[in-house]
Amino acid sequence: MRHVIRRILFYICAVWVAITLDFFIPRLAPGDPVAAIVGKMSLKGYVSPEMKQTLAATFGLDTHDPLWVQYFKYLGNLFHGNLGNSIQYFPTPVAQIIGQDIWWSIMLGGVAVILGFIIGCFLGIIVAWKRGSAVDAVLSPAMNFLSAIPYFWLALLSLYLFSYLLNWFPLSGGYDSANIDPGWTFDFISSVIQHAFLPALTLVVASLAGWMLTMRNSMITTLSEDYVLMAKAKGLSDRRVMFWYAARNAVLPNITGFAIAIGAIVGGQLLTEMVFSYPGIGYALLQAVNQQDYAMLQSIFLIITLAVLGANFLADMLYVFLDPRVRQERSA
Amino acid sequence: MKIQEVNSPASAVPVALLPDDPLHTRFLNVLLAIWRAMTSSRRVAVGSAIVGFFILIGLIGPFFMPYNPNATSHLFITPPSPTHWLGTTVVGEDIFSQLIYGTRTSVFWGLGTGIMVTLLSVVVGLIGGYFGGWIDDVLTLLTNVSLVLPALPLAIVLAAYFPRGPLTISFVIVFTNWAWQARVLRSQTLSMRSREFVTAARMSGESSLRIIFHEIFPNEIGLVVAGFVSTTIYVVLTWAALEFLGLGDGTIPSWGSLLYWAQQAGALGGGLWWWFIPPGACIAILGAGLSLINFGIDEIADPRLRIERPANVEKHKKAVKLEKAERNGDTLLPL
Repeated sequence: MRHVIRRILFYICAVWVAITLDFFIPRLAPGDPVAAIVGKMSLKGYVSPEMKQTLAATFGLDTHDPLWVQYFKYLGNLFHGNLGNSIQYFPTPVAQIIGQDIWWSIMLGGVAVILGFIIGCFLGIIVAWKRGSAVDAVLSPAMNFLSAIPYFWLALLSLYLFSYLLNWFPLSGGYDSANIDPGWTFDFISSVIQHAFLPALTLVVASLAGWMLTMRNSMITTLSEDYVLMAKAKGLSDRRVMFWYAARNAVLPNITGFAIAIGAIVGGQLLTEMVFSYPGIGYALLQAVNQQDYAMLQSIFLIITLAVLGANFLADMLYVFLDPRVRQERSA
Repeated sequence: MKIQEVNSPASAVPVALLPDDPLHTRFLNVLLAIWRAMTSSRRVAVGSAIVGFFILIGLIGPFFMPYNPNATSHLFITPPSPTHWLGTTVVGEDIFSQLIYGTRTSVFWGLGTGIMVTLLSVVVGLIGGYFGGWIDDVLTLLTNVSLVLPALPLAIVLAAYFPRGPLTISFVIVFTNWAWQARVLRSQTLSMRSREFVTAARMSGESSLRIIFHEIFPNEIGLVVAGFVSTTIYVVLTWAALEFLGLGDGTIPSWGSLLYWAQQAGALGGGLWWWFIPPGACIAILGAGLSLINFGIDEIADPRLRIERPANVEKHKKAVKLEKAERNGDTLLPL
């Protein structure tokens, strides 16, 4: 129990650090975000001093207040779920935009993570079981090479190959927005699947190596345990030993990784969404960077961080639950 | 992901060090051990050759560039030809020259940043592990918090606020990536703190800093090298990603900025494969070289991970037999 409480305290601390970083980064950075925004807006029309003042206030960059007052105002806003207004889509609240985009990321990432996890673990089990065979000798270095390829380049290549040269998939977007209205219709759903297929595929391919290599290493360690030898000696079938004796225990490190990966999908697959112009939260973050939409930038970072922290916490707790050794060691 | 699982505290390249050797001899021994490690495994040898090749290109390549990488010309978007080996961009820049110059930028900023990350983690890990107490508590908390914060989004947000340029990217990457290695080194230092040679050094009145960096650090050099290699893979990939996202200085040719401009000019939709395939391939090959080294180091540290080949097994058995015979001889003697 003491272990659990310590972890909770740690995560509270981490959340505080994230929130505080989010507050201080814009203020420590050289340059004035408000000036940048005003510059941007004055291209579209006249910006009065009052508007400037309001803008500064909306971003909590009201420079008349001392820093600590700004900080507590910022905290208060956060607790009320007030993330400020977007500049690119002024005056839409940031929370609303994030609320729309996040589902695209969760759907795309969720499917990709689950598929990558299952396939990767399975390959890892097989490769470890047949260690030294041709499968292992080919697959393990191949996967290693795959993990060194810059992901976004892999995405670019597959986009070039499958969408541009072969014309199998669309080049960008989340669905065919020119011809189809969103809704629970067959046309819409099939269009979504058609658009998500290639991004999901690249994500699965890119994540495969990590799952597989972790599983292989952990499986190899487990295979040399006495209880595996015992199971073999009892004459149990290979498949039973492989999955119910070895893999079941070897999968632990990957389970934690899985929980963390689930947390990371909320953050969007930044590079995937960039390459495929997929309307998720990662794409929104990049647009915010390019448009200098600072409120958006900060809020998205905060949401991503909170999701990742939550998932990490979950993974920690899951580990305590799944591995009795952790429970006993720590509480003793 | 991968980088995170690589280092268990035990995965140091085994280095036999006699604590009473003078410092330069110890470092020579370490270098010798690294050289032996490099040549004993085929993976490490191939990986080192690849990395060495890129370093060489980065060093001397720019002296042999056919064109000035930033010079524009009237030859817009020409495919590869004998005069322009990798074709030209939309404003007529020679892509081959840009790639060569970009190798210098990417490789040296990548390695330099890798060294910076390693240095920071060495300082944090060793100081925390050696001193213990509240210093360790604070540093461990910092390390763990840094570990759970998502690195890439944080890097993007930081890079967006600070002026564009290689220094910013370097700083951002150091800031977001030091923690893994620091944690590994801390636990190793913790276990080393109570060894005899450290106690002896303390007894003889050496200062704490001297003990940390002259006594303990040389014993962890294998771990540090392994960590440096895996960090550098990550640094090179993140660097390219940040530049690709437009957070770098686009006027300096590098692998990432080549990809950025290719993307901006719609090279993909226009079928200009010679623009975006070569820089990505360079990153991939350098990354593969580094991960080969890493894989080799892992295998040296943990023999169970090796992919055994039948021919080697035979040799191995003989060696084991010999070893056994020797050991038997040794143990028999005192009896």
